[in-house]
Amino acid sequence: MTTTTAPPAVAPPSLRTGNVSRSRKFRDRLATIAMWAAFGAAALPLAFIVFYVVRAGMHLFSYDFLVTNIPIISSKPGPGMAPAVVGTLLITGAATLIAVPLGVMGAIYLNEYGKQSTLAKFIRLMTDVMSGVPSIVMGLFIYTIWVLRYGLSGFAGALALACLMLPIVVRTSEEILRLVPSALREASAALGARTWRTTVRIVLPAALPGIVSGAMLAVARAAGETAPLLFTIGIVSKPNTKLFGSNTALSAQIFRNAQVPFPAAQDRAWAAALTLILLVFLLTIAARLITARFARK
Amino acid sequence: MVLVLIAVTTLNNAWPAFRESGLSFVTSRQWIPNEGKFGALAFIYGTAVIAAIAVLLALPVSVGIALFVTEVAPARLRTMVVAVMDLLAGIPSVVFGLWGILVLAPNIAALYNWWSDLVEPIPLLTKLFDHTQTGRAFFTAGLILALMITPIITTITREVFATVPRNDKDGALALGATRWEMIKGVVFPHSIGGMVGATMLGLGRAMGETIAVALVIGSTPQIVANVFAGGDAMPAVIANQFGEATGVHRSALIGLGVTLFALTIIVNVSARTVVRRVDVRLRGLA
Repeated sequence: MTTTTAPPAVAPPSLRTGNVSRSRKFRDRLATIAMWAAFGAAALPLAFIVFYVVRAGMHLFSYDFLVTNIPIISSKPGPGMAPAVVGTLLITGAATLIAVPLGVMGAIYLNEYGKQSTLAKFIRLMTDVMSGVPSIVMGLFIYTIWVLRYGLSGFAGALALACLMLPIVVRTSEEILRLVPSALREASAALGARTWRTTVRIVLPAALPGIVSGAMLAVARAAGETAPLLFTIGIVSKPNTKLFGSNTALSAQIFRNAQVPFPAAQDRAWAAALTLILLVFLLTIAARLITARFARK
Repeated sequence: MVLVLIAVTTLNNAWPAFRESGLSFVTSRQWIPNEGKFGALAFIYGTAVIAAIAVLLALPVSVGIALFVTEVAPARLRTMVVAVMDLLAGIPSVVFGLWGILVLAPNIAALYNWWSDLVEPIPLLTKLFDHTQTGRAFFTAGLILALMITPIITTITREVFATVPRNDKDGALALGATRWEMIKGVVFPHSIGGMVGATMLGLGRAMGETIAVALVIGSTPQIVANVFAGGDAMPAVIANQFGEATGVHRSALIGLGVTLFALTIIVNVSARTVVRRVDVRLRGLA
């Protein structure tokens, strides 16, 4: 043996060699197979669902589908989801405009000002609790404080979605802010900048890509939500591009059409599902690309 | 600041509706809106049953996948598994519901009846798995929920497994343990707290899930042992009845929401406490 060899790469010892008894070897094999099976048990249904949504959704999915109004008689075949597409984009967009600035400000408070104070800890606990609140309870909450007074509107749906997004945005933004090296902050402080100036000019630009990707994940989550929209936005069959007044959304339309026994309506539900999944995946992929660029920096 | 406000107003606004409904709310099983009878026991039972089914199905699968990722899978497959989990987490619940009601439910009743025939001779099991006419049942809802909470439990358990010290694992292997013996002897004892916390977070999510359950559970409020029978759950009944409900019926549904809110908060807070305690213990060791 020479003393000059490089240290060997760390690798798990081989299990094939050695005097391992047959039953122990068998049990080890069995456990390994079970782990592979567990992966299969989750991957197979996923493949099934995606396959079905794509196959059944392709029937009706086309440019026409995205720009035609929903037929008023739901047993009538043919395309039409334009109001829902408009509604989903509008409501989710409005929810983003409400939740992201609030959430980022909350995260800035937690990470730059509050740190480990009692109030910051309490807010963190509340955020955790809020992220566990069922989405339908959020819908009921908005119903009681908004809809009862001002009626059904796309804005009420946006409020409900914003409530769901807020804890996600706060949590991810805080994680990202924590990753900004404190040397940057100290350098800024040494040059005489106040905390808010350091935050706005130094910390936020450094954390921006991460915050954007976190926000996009929250948006993807919100776009697919149905329960909080059921009794906050009402229903329309023509596109409503205004924030106020009744509106509809892709997820709400899928829910309605899935419960109707007409094949035509079910076809529309599948195509709407395909639209929604494409939307969510595009957002997720965009978020991932931004995160990847952030990581490379 | 805003967060605190929201949390407080949620409770404030829902509280009067709950008081209005009276005390028999959680103890009676009669839910007949036309006669003004509102007993939510059947819904609470349904929620408990499907959440239990979901966790029982999802836990072994999730732990298996998490172990697969941390201990078995080659590096390239590892990223693929993580991607699959992300996709699964990214599918909107209404799409799960659509698939459940149009594809899964019509086809699974045959499987249920085959299983019922199989366990017919065994007294206790035949009560639990009785024959059925429909695929829209407790078990279908539990199955869909299991799919939805698997990514959550997997992600957390994976993180917990990753904190098991390399030295402990190498030590076990050096003593001649097979990989499975190493997992049993080192990984599990080390991460039991985190696994409990992850399970409870999954449970909280399963209890609150609305849309997928509303579509596949069958909307028949009843308390039966047969998991292949139709049932109903708290969030599902809110989603299905709220549109046509008025007056007391409506406030009873809001009361149902408050009950659900309270239950999920209890589950979530205790889950976080468990996870946090484990965190502290691990940091104390390091």
